Amino acid sequence: MLDVANLEVVYNDVILVLRGLSLEVPDEKIVALLGSNGAGKTTTLRAISGLLGVHEGEVTKGTVTWKGSEIQSSEASNIVKSGITQVMEGRRIFAELTVDENLRTGAFTNTDKASRDDAYARAMDLFPVLKERRSSTAGYLSGGEQQMLAIGRAMMSDPELLILDEPSLGLAPLLVEQIRDIIVDINKQGVSVLLIEQNAAMALSIADYGYIMENGKIVMDGDAAKLRADEDVQEFYLGLHTDESGERRSFKDVKHYKRRKRWLS
Amino acid sequence: MADSSSSSPLAGLIKSPSLMALAAIVAAAAVFLVLQAANDPYTFLQALMKSFGLGAVYALIALGFVLIFKATQVVNFAQGALAMSGALFVSFMVSDGHIPFTTIRNPLVDMSPSWLGWFLSVLVALAVAAILGLIIERLTIRPMVGEPLFSVAVLTLGLEIFLRVFNNDAVKIEFRSLEVPWGVDGFNIGEAFVSWSYIAAMITAAVAFVAVFFFYRSRMGIAMRAVAYDQEAAMAQGINVGRVFAIAWAAGAVLAAIGGIFATQPPVAQTGAVQVETQLIAFRTLPAVILGGLDSVQGALIGGLIIGFAEIMAGQYASGQTDILGAGYPLIVPYVVMIIGLLIRPYGLFGTPEIRRV
Repeated sequence: MLDVANLEVVYNDVILVLRGLSLEVPDEKIVALLGSNGAGKTTTLRAISGLLGVHEGEVTKGTVTWKGSEIQSSEASNIVKSGITQVMEGRRIFAELTVDENLRTGAFTNTDKASRDDAYARAMDLFPVLKERRSSTAGYLSGGEQQMLAIGRAMMSDPELLILDEPSLGLAPLLVEQIRDIIVDINKQGVSVLLIEQNAAMALSIADYGYIMENGKIVMDGDAAKLRADEDVQEFYLGLHTDESGERRSFKDVKHYKRRKRWLS
Repeated sequence: MADSSSSSPLAGLIKSPSLMALAAIVAAAAVFLVLQAANDPYTFLQALMKSFGLGAVYALIALGFVLIFKATQVVNFAQGALAMSGALFVSFMVSDGHIPFTTIRNPLVDMSPSWLGWFLSVLVALAVAAILGLIIERLTIRPMVGEPLFSVAVLTLGLEIFLRVFNNDAVKIEFRSLEVPWGVDGFNIGEAFVSWSYIAAMITAAVAFVAVFFFYRSRMGIAMRAVAYDQEAAMAQGINVGRVFAIAWAAGAVLAAIGGIFATQPPVAQTGAVQVETQLIAFRTLPAVILGGLDSVQGALIGGLIIGFAEIMAGQYASGQTDILGAGYPLIVPYVVMIIGLLIRPYGLFGTPEIRRV
C-alpha cells in the first residue's frame, strides 16, 4: 500500500506547491486523483516517483510510505526497482528508438531474463498494435499508439503500483475509452493504479476511490460512486449542471456564473 | 511527408551557386586524383593506405567524442588531454616498465613473448585511463547534471587545460618513447610502402566500431540512448542516469587513450614518442566529428576516413605549391572539408535531425 502523509513540496526553495497532502492507494485498487490545472497533481506524482530533483523541487515535510518504508528521499531508479512505475504526462516515449527498444528501456530494472520475457509477452497481449510496429521508430507512431507504448513500457518493469499521469491527454474519445479499458485490464492483473486525470468522468467511472485536490491539498475524498453522485463534483468536474426541475441548464445561465464555493476542509 | 526537395543535398546544390562552385572543385579534385592514380599507381596506393591509417586514428578519437556526446549531450573538449594521458600511461608501463604513478616494476614487460606483455600492459594502461574517466565524471560532470550544457562543455575545456599541466610535466621538453611491437617498419606493395602502424590502426578501429555497434543494441546501450533523448523520462523508467554517464566517460577515456597511442605513431607522428603535440590530436579530429555528425557512430567512421583522405591527398599532391599554400597547409584541409560538409548538411553527414511526426 502507498501512503502519502502530510506532504509538503517546495520548488526552487520558494514556491510551495503541496501543502500537507495526504492520500492512500490500497493494494489492487484504482485510485483517482482529480483536480484542475496547477492543483499539484503532477507534483504529487513526482514526489512519489523521486523525480522532484530534476525540477529543483524537494519534499520539505511529510512522508511517502511504500510497503512499510519511507521513499520520499529515494532515487528514482530505486523507487522503480521497489515496484512503483509511472507513465509520465505527455507520453515521453523515446522517439529515436524503435518500439522494441522503448519497451526494453522499461525493463531496465528487471534483471531477470525470464521475467523480462514474461513482461514483454504481456505487453504485447495488452497492446497488439505494438506487435505490428515492433521495429518501427517510435516517434512515427500515432498519438494513441504512443500512449499505449508509454503504458506498455511502464508495464515492462513488472510494477505493483502503476501511476498514470493524464493518459487521456490529447486523445480522441474512442481512444480514451480504449485506454480506460486497458487500465481496468492492468488492474485486474493485480496492479494497483493511481490515476491522475483532468478527465474526471473517465477516471471516476473506473476508480474505486477518488481524491479531489485544489491548491496543493486534498479538498474532498470518498468512494468513486459517492463522488460521482456529489452535487459539487458533478458541477465542478463532471460538467453536469441540472437545475431543480431536472433539466440541463442552458449555457446562457452558466455564462455569468462565478464560482463561490469554498471547501470547508 | 516532408518536402523532400528542400532537404535533399543535391537540390540544395543546384539552388546555391556557391555550393555549385564547391561541388565543381570537389569533382575536379576527384578527376585529378584519378588521373594521378592512373599515372603513378604506387604513389597513389601508398598515399591511400596512409590516408586510411590516419582516418582510422581520427575515427577512433571521433568515436570517443560521439560516445560521450550521445550519452551526455556534451562535447568533451578534454578528449585530447585524455588521449595524451592514455599514451603516457602506456609509455610508463612499457618504456619505463613501471606501474603508472608508482615505482613498482611492471612485471608484464619481462614476459615472453614480448608482444603479449606489451598487449597486456596496454590493457592495464587502458584500465587506468578508464578509471581516470570515471574520476573526472564523478567529480566534475555528475554535479553538473541538469545545468546548462554549455557550462558543462566549457568545464571540459577547463579539464583539458588542467590535465595538460600534468601531461606536459610528465613529458617535459623531451620526447617520451612509446614502443610498439610492430615497430616503425612496414612492408611494400610493389613500390608502395605501407607502415604496420596503418594496419594496426585500421584493425583497432574496426574492432572498436564493431564493439560499439553491438554495445548500442545491448541493455546498457539502449539505456544510454534513452538518457540522451530524454533524461527525465529515462529516470522514470528506473535507468540510473549517473551510471550511464560514468560508463560513457569511461568508454570515452579508453577510446581517447587508444587514439593517443596511435597518435604517437605514423602517420600522425613520425617519432614513435609521446610529445606535447600529442594532445592536439583531438582538435585535429574535431572536423571529422563535426563532418560525420556529433551523435552518429557511423558518422565518426566515415567522417574520420574522409578527413584522413583529404588531408593525406592534399599533402601528397599539392606539395609543389607550398609557396602559395604555406608549409603546414595539409593541417588546414580538414577544416576546409568540414566547412564544405556543414554548408551542405548542417547537422553532419549522419547526424540525426530531430525526429518529428509530420
